[in-house]
Amino acid sequence: MAVQTLTINGQLVSAVEGETILQAARSAGIHIPTLCYVEGLSAHGGCRMCLVQIEGHHRLQPSCTMQATEGMVVHTDTEQLREYRRLIVELLFAEGNHVCSVCVANNHCELQDAAVEVGMDHVRLEYQFPQREVDTSHERFGIDHNRCILCTRCVRACDELEGAHTWDVSGRGAHTKVITDMNQPWGEAVTCTSCGKCVMACPTGAIFHKGATVAELDHGRGKLDFLINAREKKQWNV
Amino acid sequence: MDLLDLNQIARHEREQRAPIQICCCVAAGCVSADSQQVLDRMEQAVRDASLADKVQVVGVGCMRLCSQGPLVRVDPEGALYQKVTPEVAPTIVSGLQGGMIEAEPCDADSPFFKLQASVVLENSGRVEPERIESYLAAGGYQALYRALYELEPAEIIDVITRSGLRGRGGAGYPTSVKWATVAKNPGERKFVVCNADEGDPGAFMNRSVLESDPHRVLEGMAIAGRAIGANQGYIYVRGEYPLAIKRLQTAIKQAGRLGLLGTGIFSSPFDFRIDIRIGAGAFVCGEETALMASIMGQRGTPRPRPPYPAEHGLWGMPTLLNNVETYANVPGIIRNGPEWFAAIGTPKSPGTKVFCVTGQVVHNGLVEVPLGTPLRIIIEDIAGGVPGNGTIKAVQTGGPSGGCIPAELLDTPVDYESLAAIGSMMGSGGMIVMDQSTDMVDVARFFMDFCRDESCGKCVPCRAGTVQMHRLLTRIVSGDASKQDLQLLETLCHMVRDTSLCGLGQTAPTPTLSTLKYFRHEYEARLKPSAPESPALVGAATEASTASDEPPPPEAAAGNEP
Amino acid sequence: MERLKLATVWLGGCSGCHMSFLDLDEWLFELAQFADLVYTPFADAKEYPHGVDAVLVEGAVANEDNLEMIRKVRERTRWVISFGDCAVTGNVTAMRNPLGTALPVLERSYVELSTLHPSIPDQPGIVPKLLDRVLPVHQVVAVDAYLPGCPPPADRIQAALEALRQGRLPALEGRDIKFG
Repeated sequence: MAVQTLTINGQLVSAVEGETILQAARSAGIHIPTLCYVEGLSAHGGCRMCLVQIEGHHRLQPSCTMQATEGMVVHTDTEQLREYRRLIVELLFAEGNHVCSVCVANNHCELQDAAVEVGMDHVRLEYQFPQREVDTSHERFGIDHNRCILCTRCVRACDELEGAHTWDVSGRGAHTKVITDMNQPWGEAVTCTSCGKCVMACPTGAIFHKGATVAELDHGRGKLDFLINAREKKQWNV
Repeated sequence: MDLLDLNQIARHEREQRAPIQICCCVAAGCVSADSQQVLDRMEQAVRDASLADKVQVVGVGCMRLCSQGPLVRVDPEGALYQKVTPEVAPTIVSGLQGGMIEAEPCDADSPFFKLQASVVLENSGRVEPERIESYLAAGGYQALYRALYELEPAEIIDVITRSGLRGRGGAGYPTSVKWATVAKNPGERKFVVCNADEGDPGAFMNRSVLESDPHRVLEGMAIAGRAIGANQGYIYVRGEYPLAIKRLQTAIKQAGRLGLLGTGIFSSPFDFRIDIRIGAGAFVCGEETALMASIMGQRGTPRPRPPYPAEHGLWGMPTLLNNVETYANVPGIIRNGPEWFAAIGTPKSPGTKVFCVTGQVVHNGLVEVPLGTPLRIIIEDIAGGVPGNGTIKAVQTGGPSGGCIPAELLDTPVDYESLAAIGSMMGSGGMIVMDQSTDMVDVARFFMDFCRDESCGKCVPCRAGTVQMHRLLTRIVSGDASKQDLQLLETLCHMVRDTSLCGLGQTAPTPTLSTLKYFRHEYEARLKPSAPESPALVGAATEASTASDEPPPPEAAAGNEP
Repeated sequence: MERLKLATVWLGGCSGCHMSFLDLDEWLFELAQFADLVYTPFADAKEYPHGVDAVLVEGAVANEDNLEMIRKVRERTRWVISFGDCAVTGNVTAMRNPLGTALPVLERSYVELSTLHPSIPDQPGIVPKLLDRVLPVHQVVAVDAYLPGCPPPADRIQAALEALRQGRLPALEGRDIKFG
């Protein structure tokens, strides 16, 4: 496999052919914020947090899907990108009902961390306060749509790792939501194997273990990484 | 089927025509105004007067002046009648024998008709859309024959290159480059896709072409299939176009029966099958990656590009995606040669473009003009300007993705570059004319509402950003907004434009940005008088909005210009 | 040196932020060295004074009293600082907003769940009317700085007060702006 050399934030970085900018940056220790991306799952390209500026491209590109190519000159942390990332996080906070103080995922939440990272000390946009459901019909898990940021990590983990495809997306625009089976209560979704990979994949407190209270949710993300590693590299010893 | 058979059918079709043809429009606009009944009544009148050997009543496609429909034309003299009702329709027949014609005449020599071109709409209003023989009599499928027997695939692409044809879906990408890329990319199978998911409010160009001359599009697609090495085509047409779907189905069946589509076309080794895929009403499915997802039976949402469909399209195979009008241009180019086509329009934007001129103009309807025609000629001369001597305020081109062009810029030539330079876009061809009474902020809000509703929900900026922008525009319209709100709106416009995943979100702010550019005073006049002192974004508690302290300037205002 | 005229107000919140303020413990003596607490729920001042240098506002704007108060505070204060998540985001106080208006909240609390005399309180001048929508402070009046947290921990409050002591607005960074 050919090795590509590119420049990220002025640093020379090498990438294996087929690697994305995000992968190349990560292996070089350069941090690019993400929300919908999970290494080992297909890239979604929806959160736009990982957008980067590539010289010669007139549009910003998602680094999770854009392949690294020879000679590329990439900037991941321009003032414009910082401002846009903050707005993305603000849009997410204003769109749902994210009440960190009473959330199971408090202190274990990627959205909360993203807010810290982009320097969001308040939201300039109008909160929408949508009316959304909470489904606790499953015996072990629950989903609180108020906290869902529609990253589809649950959908992809369920489909690509578990092979159950219990989760999918319905509706559009502000009415978009993740659903189980044919939009029926999770407890009645016959395809669900109760494996819990959606809990592991969820970046926020939207999908949770029942019984966990404020700040108690342990997503168990490490298990997801273990499974992906085991599948992709056939390595079972961490 | 060989060329002789084809010519035989065409000749027979021409020969069996009655000397007088009464053509009645049966495209959707006129059908909605009862033209089917008009046609039936005229046929009845012909039978009643025993004129069947001399007079023939035929249902043809769109005659362009949709606002005056149903339209009826008597050939060969070319007399045209408008707003023909079933009641007066028989008098057109009796008029042939010297009776008094009660139908309202329409001036076929008016600038509306005389200043137009006929390339894409060449057969529209002339051939019978539901009879392949009629299309063959007009020279149909001759270009496909040429493409199969006289041209190698590379030569077809070369002809398209020399014609200078650019994509008519809006972006104006050189068609031949796309074709050559798909032809070059390796793949077990390749696909030709026709985008007929016309969704812009006020746009019905593609619908008219499909309803008036469906074979033209099929022929264009088959030629494309031959050029790129594809054996399968899909037409993705929106479910809101039942008549277009029906005519396409009929046309595909008829062409298949004559061996012009399907296996061994014109007895050559070339197979090309076309299937229809019907959209379920999502605007975003007009975006190529969402459209392909929908064809494959998945949720119609876009995905990041690259990879482009030309390398990774339907089922991962190289896929050619063009608009209806692009394919409709192809048979003419093959038949008449690239030089003929290149001579029309401007050197950078050759050929014609079909527009739907709607809104505050005298003549609403379909307008085909050479590219580079000044907007003023289209709006004032062809469409007759604002009724009652009103004055034009702006023209919205390109639908929810396009911008508002102010009256001062009416002399702008209509081509891809010129429209982009003034902050609008060609788009697929919608043109909405607005007079002085139009509230431009409300126009921006209308289009934002459309985009908000049509956002697929996949990417954050489009899904949540359109909601916020719509909310801010609503506040401005209702006079509740401050200067800070306006700043925030502009910040969001830039952010959504620069960060959205697909064209829907990327262009959703265009109507707002262009009205801000040309009609900023209308926004500013709506801001609260105490604007600088009132805080941004007070919610539903209206009494709270009178607070009088200076908020910090939104940090958002800085550094977001790309 | 001029002493800092500091105030704290309590709008629609649980008073947890004020409790956290008390967690400043012995640093309160330090605070007393440079600041006068001219208005606060801890003390007995009846009227919010004019010419306040800085105010920590706890709670969201949830009722008409809050609205009146925050406007007065804004008028009479140089620096308004949103103090805690309710002031910054609406937080728990705003969790009733998805219900649309105040009425369903009142009905649920005072009618449906009431065991004695179910009725919505209606005592003009005594019980303030709820606003239909709870708002974070900066959506009602201009805010100069934000101190998130539910509650903001004492050292975060101390950092903010230290900034004020030096005559500048607090500018928190890193994990210090974390909600929750």
